[in-house]
Amino acid sequence: MRVALMVTCINDALYPDTGKAVVTLLRRLGVEVEFPAGQTCCAQPMVNTGYLDEAVPVVRNFVDTFAGYDAVVTPSGSCAGCARHQHSIVARRSGDAGLAAAVEETSPKVYELSEFLVDVLGVTDVGAYYPHTVTYHPTCHSLRMLGVGDRPRRLLESVRGLTLLELPAADQCCGFGGTFAVKNSDTSVAMGTDKVRHVQDTGAEVLVAGDNSCLTHIGGLMTRQQSGVRPVHLAEILAATEADPA
Amino acid sequence: MSGGTFVGMPAFPKAAHEALGNAQLRHNLAHATGTIRAKRLRLVDEVNANSSWEELRLAGAGVKESALVDLATHLERLEESLTANGATVHWARDAAEANAIVASIAKGHGVDEVVKVKSMVTQEINLNEALEAEGIAAWETDLAELIVQLGEDLPSHILVPAIHRNRSEIREIFLAKMAGAGRPAPEDLTDEPAVLAAAARAHLREKFLRAKVGISGANFAVADTGTLVVVESEGNGRMCLTLPEVLISVVGIEKVVPTWEGLDPLLRLLPRSSTGERMNPYTSTWSGITPGDGPQEVHVVLLDNGRTNALADEVGRQALRCIRCSACLNVCPVYERTGGHAYGSVYPGPIGAILNPLLKGPGADEQTDSLPYASSLCGACFEACPVRIDIPSVLVDLRAQVVDAHRGGVPKLEAVAFKASAVALSDARKLAFGERFTRLGLRVARRFGASKWTSSRDLPPAPPESFRAWWKRTDGGRR
Amino acid sequence: MSARDDILRRVRAALDGVEPGYAVPAAPRIAPLDDVVGHFVERVEDYKAVVQRCSPADLADRVTAALPDGARVVVPAGLSVAVPGADEDAGFGAHELDGYDAVVTEARVGIAETGTIILDHGPGQGRRAISLVPDLHVCIVRADQVVPDVPDALPLLDPARAHTWISGPSATSDIELNRVEGVHGPRTLVVIVVEAAP
Repeated sequence: MRVALMVTCINDALYPDTGKAVVTLLRRLGVEVEFPAGQTCCAQPMVNTGYLDEAVPVVRNFVDTFAGYDAVVTPSGSCAGCARHQHSIVARRSGDAGLAAAVEETSPKVYELSEFLVDVLGVTDVGAYYPHTVTYHPTCHSLRMLGVGDRPRRLLESVRGLTLLELPAADQCCGFGGTFAVKNSDTSVAMGTDKVRHVQDTGAEVLVAGDNSCLTHIGGLMTRQQSGVRPVHLAEILAATEADPA
Repeated sequence: MSGGTFVGMPAFPKAAHEALGNAQLRHNLAHATGTIRAKRLRLVDEVNANSSWEELRLAGAGVKESALVDLATHLERLEESLTANGATVHWARDAAEANAIVASIAKGHGVDEVVKVKSMVTQEINLNEALEAEGIAAWETDLAELIVQLGEDLPSHILVPAIHRNRSEIREIFLAKMAGAGRPAPEDLTDEPAVLAAAARAHLREKFLRAKVGISGANFAVADTGTLVVVESEGNGRMCLTLPEVLISVVGIEKVVPTWEGLDPLLRLLPRSSTGERMNPYTSTWSGITPGDGPQEVHVVLLDNGRTNALADEVGRQALRCIRCSACLNVCPVYERTGGHAYGSVYPGPIGAILNPLLKGPGADEQTDSLPYASSLCGACFEACPVRIDIPSVLVDLRAQVVDAHRGGVPKLEAVAFKASAVALSDARKLAFGERFTRLGLRVARRFGASKWTSSRDLPPAPPESFRAWWKRTDGGRR
Repeated sequence: MSARDDILRRVRAALDGVEPGYAVPAAPRIAPLDDVVGHFVERVEDYKAVVQRCSPADLADRVTAALPDGARVVVPAGLSVAVPGADEDAGFGAHELDGYDAVVTEARVGIAETGTIILDHGPGQGRRAISLVPDLHVCIVRADQVVPDVPDALPLLDPARAHTWISGPSATSDIELNRVEGVHGPRTLVVIVVEAAP
């Protein structure tokens, strides 16, 4: 099975440790991922802001880059959601039947990390060790666009040393929403502030989620408010072991 | 107001900013929407225990969709059956035509007042203002509408237009304003909900008993049988539909349901999604004139007012399935924090964010163009919608229409940025270059701290090297 | 062009190329109920209505007992039970009806799952206004009129008639989204379920 890592533009530029964690984790589970160097972005920022024409060359680059792989795994529910559910919209817009066919070929092979682990590899205990109290925020696109369900929770519950604390109103959006965070920053911050309060109410040391974009928003509020809670991507917790702690 | 929009309303971000500063409003909204969300979820679980909520949603969406895809046929059928039942059918292209028809019927009966059932469509067309201009007082009889009307306020929710008011504010409004509109509130009025409801009962009863003309909308209009349906709670609807001599119903053309049996999934979905009840207290159905019972002169005004624009929109058409339950408002994290006024229309919340632009067309004005962006695209609305309107997808499509409507003019900074990104992100060699800009951008933003992001949020520290640089340097961690 | 023709033209233009046939998925039914009448009684009680069960022989007494002493009572023509002292509806105006404290009617259908009573305003039920204006509604439902759910009820009704679906006393959720009983419709609803002896 040829597996490609779609690291995502935000992880590439800002959170390389999340990408490294995916590589480490999958290698431990016997999967050598490739990193096709041609990859850039899933095009979601353009699609969700309304710039469909601008998204066309980005989606074209995506399908060119990931053609031929059996699976494309990404540590982001949001980017996986875009590839699976929005690339077809962009392809339709382009009027290019070739692009549409390529999208139809690639889209179903894109997996968010927890889906890949549970559904493709069939594991929930990935041999991780993480001796901390953790609360989990299910990001909206992983929850509602992809329907990852309880996969991340099952993975977390199998991590040794980890105490999972229930997050109140967990399914409420954190307020990131891509360009929403800037275009409607007041509302975005109001939503995020409520999320931070719920996180703090759990008393957890660490907030875990499957999307660094949401964690950038919540984490940015948490550090500004000196909450003392650390945002950590799911991949980094699953990659941690006693021999090689996060 | 004009065409369902509040005059002079700023674009959503500015209106939201003002609303977010109102702590009382946020408390009222969080309390009310939290209550209704819990009730709805309990009932969805109950349905799933002996049936399937998802199958019910699919059936409800199907009934409405089947009406929309062949709407002209069903409208002609509706007109034919209504006429056969003794009703007079009128057609109105827009608000002005509809208002003129209603005013002319009322004036023909020489009345200076009418009683109204709560109706979204008559708010959309500003019927009350139009009647007032003709010297006819239109009394709202739904409790929440009464609160809004007496308080000279604007509606902020589809089901509960006064959701932004709590019990003590309602008491103040009743004490201050009821006397000016008829029977005054009792002096010893408390803020107990039951006491407030009793005051509304006493205040409105004299209006019901003397009314000659009643005005309603309709939740559903059955084409085959010429039946209109009004779903309500308080009995004010029954009063207005039964006691007057003349009944005028303004009905959007999207309210058509092809058959009587088609009401089934909708009547099971609506109350559970709306007030979180298995069934609302009262549902009235009538097919034109019922000899010897109720109004003996019945008019139906079929209204377009932009609905054919929405119908022509391939992606947005599904918004016409909406049965105005307001479940999407109650689950929306944006609505919960900003309230309904920020949307600047009688249709607030997620459904308003798509319906208003669909009715008016993209590029209509800055306020309407801001609505599709008033969402984090979290998807809670789609999950709650009883007729499966994929609101997030329609929002994204409308954003593209807004962008397209402004192509060709002087590009906004945002458009320039996205064009540049498209070039950078279509080729990884260019991205490596662009990434250096990302880090520069982060430094600039951090130093000046002036952007919309950094006013309340810190930015993460830039890593020493990008993932791709690490991969290249270490061969994916293998050396 | 008339508004009618213009609107229909716009509708047709908007749907140009759209296939008119649409296969509507069947609405799901609820699992069979063990005790339809018992379920109905529970669900009506949930709305804070008063529910009583009795045999046909006890009906007249139950109706009388449900009416407060001295209450002015209006009844429709064709009511199958005699209500002593009640006035039969003679096409009273709204103000006249407002002088009555209570009304006694029968019903057409009961729905167990939703706790709903449907009146089709035929004989024994009367005009819509008489079961609306008085503050107390005593409604007689025969056990064999109760069906499991909404899809069982609709085919029993004649759409040409006016219908009133009643689920509990009048109520509002307009104050802080909490249900409060008692606004414009009857503030007290008494439902008497008549069951033939087994």
